[in-house]
Amino acid sequence: MLSSLLAAQDELGYLPYEAVDEVSLCTGSSVNEVWAVASFYPNFRFTPPARHSVEICWGPTCHVLGAQPILQGLVSHLGLEGEGDTEDGSISLKYNTCLGVCPHAPAMSFDHELAGRMSLDEAVSRVERIRAADSAGEQQA
Amino acid sequence: MTEAYEALAKRAAARWDELHARPWVRVGTGLMGEAVGALEVLSALREAIERAGVEATISEVGTTGLCYAEPIVDVHVPDGPRVRYGNVRPEQVETIVQRHVVGGEPVTDLALASVDSNVPGVPRFEQLPMMQGQIRVALRNAGEIDPTDIDQYVARGGFSGLDKALSSLTTEQTLDEIKNSGLRGRGGAAFPTGVKWGFLAGNPAPQKYILCNCEEGDPGAFNDKTILESDPFTLIEGCIIAGYATGASNGIVFIRHGHDSPIDRTRAAIQACYDNGVLGESVLGKEFSFDMEVSLVGESYVAGEETALMEAVEGKRSMPRFRPPFPAAYGVWGKPSNINNIKTLSYAPEIVRRGAEWFAGIGTEKSTGTAIACLSGDIRYPGLVEAPFGLTVRDVIEGMGGGEPTGKALKFLQTGGPLGGVLPAEQFDMVLDFDEMVAAGAMFGSGGLIVCNEERSVVDLTRTLVAFDQMESCGKCFPCRLGMSHILEILERIAAGKGRSSDMELMERVGVNMRGGSLCGHGQLGYNPVASAVRFFGGEFETQLEEGAGALASFVGPKSTRRGAQMSGDTPTASVKPDFVMHIEAVGTSPPS
Repeated sequence: MLSSLLAAQDELGYLPYEAVDEVSLCTGSSVNEVWAVASFYPNFRFTPPARHSVEICWGPTCHVLGAQPILQGLVSHLGLEGEGDTEDGSISLKYNTCLGVCPHAPAMSFDHELAGRMSLDEAVSRVERIRAADSAGEQQA
Repeated sequence: MTEAYEALAKRAAARWDELHARPWVRVGTGLMGEAVGALEVLSALREAIERAGVEATISEVGTTGLCYAEPIVDVHVPDGPRVRYGNVRPEQVETIVQRHVVGGEPVTDLALASVDSNVPGVPRFEQLPMMQGQIRVALRNAGEIDPTDIDQYVARGGFSGLDKALSSLTTEQTLDEIKNSGLRGRGGAAFPTGVKWGFLAGNPAPQKYILCNCEEGDPGAFNDKTILESDPFTLIEGCIIAGYATGASNGIVFIRHGHDSPIDRTRAAIQACYDNGVLGESVLGKEFSFDMEVSLVGESYVAGEETALMEAVEGKRSMPRFRPPFPAAYGVWGKPSNINNIKTLSYAPEIVRRGAEWFAGIGTEKSTGTAIACLSGDIRYPGLVEAPFGLTVRDVIEGMGGGEPTGKALKFLQTGGPLGGVLPAEQFDMVLDFDEMVAAGAMFGSGGLIVCNEERSVVDLTRTLVAFDQMESCGKCFPCRLGMSHILEILERIAAGKGRSSDMELMERVGVNMRGGSLCGHGQLGYNPVASAVRFFGGEFETQLEEGAGALASFVGPKSTRRGAQMSGDTPTASVKPDFVMHIEAVGTSPPS
């Protein structure tokens, strides 16, 4: 069940109700049982994600080397109140407990590509580059 | 020697010679490289070599452990010196290709170290401060081989331990080798591995499982992922040896969903083993069959606990089970199982190949072999080191790690993961040894060492650790579920300068209840980070509790917990793609029939 849900999340970027129903049919479990697993793991989200993902690590090494100023600065730069999606639908910001590259702390990931040795300035400029490319793409479409 | 292995070794040796007969460039990609631009370096390198029109092999390898020097490019030329270049930027690649790959002369001013050769003005790799004193057993191939190329592994002696076990040792003798080596579990609990395998070997059931735990949710630890990225064959060989010694039929490598490179590389390595007769029916042509697969789990720290891990493998919420029955009797899908840490299994091939005595000769009497430590934080050379037990913490931090990079004094280490504790600088002369460290109130745990200088606040770090533990509590046992939230609330109050005089005692009381009332280590050890911080730096808590104490810098963490809070207000709208059903049928671990 868990691997089916992970595959659905990978494919769609989130779990719609239909996916939960499908997994329940395929695994012979009740919808309740599937929700129980899906709501337990932070891998899953239940609304469509924004067009780009940005993750920021708040694990202890990143914390010691200054993750909080980056995290708080980025949250306010994006006009958010915490984890979540920007109003224009361009960025989903997620906190991560450990991105696994502690030697290069503070660490972030932009569209699932890791970036280490970050600063607030660098984080903001990368986010703005993503947004610029995103709005250019939107206009073309 | 089995015939199958002889053929494999012969082919591998020929391949190895071929690789060395022309320029061979290895780039450390994987997580550590990727985070600092190794992929850009790799594509610049491919273009530069194409432009130069030279016939060269380019391999993606794992990290050497010297993460401070990433991205690392390793250049070998026939009849010339082999040199590793550190902190390579894409614009430097052209120079390295023109002068070293084409011209055969190393670019000494960009070189990090020479390997198996002497270059004037360039230190040898093993003379680098971070490498001095290291003994590489589990990491022996890190950065040396393409982690998906079975020939390169075999050429460096790979699978000869397995071959030795299958051709000249009985299952009992193999188990005895592990017992006599003194190998202890590297996941944190340090239980003797041979004894643990013996429990499983004694169970006559026809289907038994070896589970390899790479959940690695510990923030600050990255050694398991790195082993899988650099040399998954070592783990596979260790797992097959464990299967042979215990009579198990299946191995499952269990990796946290999210990082692609350890998952992809392990899957590719397993496939290569099937293609070459090392896995599947009759391993190396002998009457012993063993199957392996990769299974993914969701993000959950508690899933590292062995019974919770089995729940996750079965696709459920990763919540611990009651014990007994123990996993060796009733494990995953009710079959007898043995759960081992990746590092533990990675030692088995060399133990069998070189003998138990060789391994027992490294380290201390009760803690044999090496410790794989992950250095991060306020340290000059962050990365991965493999140090023999018996060295002191100072040898590792100040010797291999190079000490504090900015000249400030070191204050403490955070060890043992988010349920571990702190070790003040005055105790850095402590010897690396499982038992001595526990006796002194420290914990080696899975090897994450977070180094902190004098400017770091213990109260602040403890708050982060507890915030992590609170978020990761699976919620099954209420003393842990509520207790962690309660302790975090108190710590936030203290950090904000609004603590109450009774707060320290209250936290301790909550902690004692958690220890007694929780099923697994998460709740039992949940108070540990606070207890350890108070023990060594109680004064900082007191100062923070004094009237008029200011607030520490604010801390923002995730608001969601495992109690479904993140679901509220969500209203899915988009429709499902039509090919969706096919996808979910094509993947997944199904229970054996």
